Order: sequence, then C-alpha cells, then structure tokens
Amino acid sequence: MAEIPNLDYIKEIAGGNEEFEKKFLSIIQVEFPKEKEDYSNLLNSGQLEESAKVVHKIKHKLGILGLSGGYKMAIKYEEDLKMGNTALKDDFEGVLSAVEDFVLKIA
Amino acid sequence: MHEVKCIIVDDEATARAIMEELCGSFPELEVVEQFPNALEALKFLNQNEVDVIFLDIHMPLLTGIDFVQTVKDPPKVVFTTSDKEFAIEAFEYDFIVDYLVKPVRPARFQKTILKLKSAFAPVLVGDGDGALAIDQQKDEDLYINIDRRLIKLKMGEILMIEAKGDYIDIKTTTNEYRVHSTLKKIKEKLPELLFMQIHRSFIINFTKIIDIQDNSVLIERSVIPISRSQRPNLMQRLNLL
Repeated sequence: MAEIPNLDYIKEIAGGNEEFEKKFLSIIQVEFPKEKEDYSNLLNSGQLEESAKVVHKIKHKLGILGLSGGYKMAIKYEEDLKMGNTALKDDFEGVLSAVEDFVLKIA
Repeated sequence: MHEVKCIIVDDEATARAIMEELCGSFPELEVVEQFPNALEALKFLNQNEVDVIFLDIHMPLLTGIDFVQTVKDPPKVVFTTSDKEFAIEAFEYDFIVDYLVKPVRPARFQKTILKLKSAFAPVLVGDGDGALAIDQQKDEDLYINIDRRLIKLKMGEILMIEAKGDYIDIKTTTNEYRVHSTLKKIKEKLPELLFMQIHRSFIINFTKIIDIQDNSVLIERSVIPISRSQRPNLMQRLNLL
C-alpha cells in the first residue's frame, strides 16, 4: 500500500507552535516543487550525478513527511543514479507525485 | 550553559527552519544568522565570532567538510546531514561535537545540547574566580605510593579513578596506576571543581568528558557508567556550568 505523507514530525518539532508550522509549510510549498523540477530537468538532460544531488535533498523531505519507505528508496535511488542506474525512476517519481499532491492540498 | 551564539548553514530552507525551531527550544542557544551556502558563512565568520555552527555536509560550491578545513580556529561544529557515511571522517576533528542525521528528532537534539554543554564545560567553568580556581586545581599535585615509590601526578592529567576491590586504578592521560586505597580516601584528596563521583566505582575528571549518553559518559575511549542516583547531580552540575 502506498504511503501517505503526514505532518507528524513537523508537529513534534513545533510542539504547538502554529507560527512555525505555517512558516514550514510555506517554505516546503516553494522548495519542494522547485527541487522536483530541478530533478526532472537534470535527469532528462542525462545529468545523473547532478540529479542524484537533488534526490539527496528531496529524501530529507520524504523523511520529514513521514515517508519512511520513500526515504529508503531515495537512499538507494541516489546511489543508483551516481552509478548511472535509473531503474527506480518510476517508483521514485510516484512518491514525488504523492508529495506534490499533499503539498498542494495543504496550500 | 551560558548563552551560546550559533549559525546554521544548510542549502535547504526547510532544514534551516527545522534547526532554528529546535534551537529555539533551548534559551541558551542564540541563532545569530543562517546561510544557504558555506561561502556566505565563511564571509560572516571572517568578521564575526560564533560558538557553534550547525553545518550541513552536502552543499553546492563548498561542502561542509571542505568548509571546516577552510575556517581558521573553527568554533564547535555540529554536522547535520542526511548521510551516515561521513560520521567517521567528521569525528577526525576535535571541534566536531556531534553528527546529526536528518530529519533530526527533538530527543536526539537534546543529546546534542548535552554534548555542547560538556564541550563548553572547561571554558564555561572559566568565568571569573572559577577560572582561576580550576586552573590552579589542575596544577595541584597528587602523590601516589606504589611499591614504596612516590609518584607525582598532576590533578589535571587524571582522567578517572576506578575502584577495584582493595585497590583503585588511576588512569591518567599517559599512564594507568594501581594503588592500594579506596575511592573514599582518594576522593578526600581530589579538588571538587575537577572531580565528581558518578558511580559507586568511578570518580571522573569532569573537564575530560567528551560525550554524555543516557547512562554513561565518554572520557577518551572509556565509557563510564552513571549511577541512577548520581545522574541528577551530574546534570545539575552541567546546568550550573
């Protein structure tokens, strides 16, 4: 079953600080789509090592949003990309789509 | 711990926001600036002094590892990264206090604060008269009797003392000595500012602590247990520093 992003970690960090929660959401709403776009552009232009660097940043966000399976996949995919292997592309991009939907929903 | 000035260096805005919020839970920490790359942080450090850098490793232009090698007289550094692979390399430097894997949990960050308190302890003890007192105590001598030979030890060189039946083992920065005595007897000879009994079998040199975990402290490569009854005293002493 596909994982569903959540804000449990952010609420744990915030400890009831709603201002921080709002600030965090406004940041991720800008940062995540940009990183997703950067990843796609780099991958499509064949710059796999550079795209791995973006996957590295994205994987932190998957961890933040409680996607432990997606986080583990990103670790593997990052290493695979460095070796020129894109086998996990579709699975990873499925996770990215779920995160994008979630981020847009909370906008 | 007195007020500690820190900066956050991370190319991810989300990571910076989280670290700022984590730091905000500890009034001792003052986040004075945040930077999205190491070069900007480097410029800042050329004109400003800070006590701690929360530093990402994977960053464009200059990595966190390259950055710490570039900074002259680096302050304490806490690495924050999504990778575990650099942990060994990171701890090659004395000024690296901790290595946090992101996303950082509040409970884990609390341990970082304890490590920072410990790292700053010798300096923070050095406020006003206390500084003089502890420096003087480090230079005091202790004579131990081994096989009718008196050996002089500097208090500041003693790392820990362990009870071993009718004997005690005194471990210094260079040697280890077994002496026919008890912890109670030697405790009376040791300066209180430097030493603390943290377990029925262990007295430690407080200024030599590298790391504090839930039930143990690390001094050099030795892990020393903290007894449940002594833990509050140790924590209180950290806070007093």
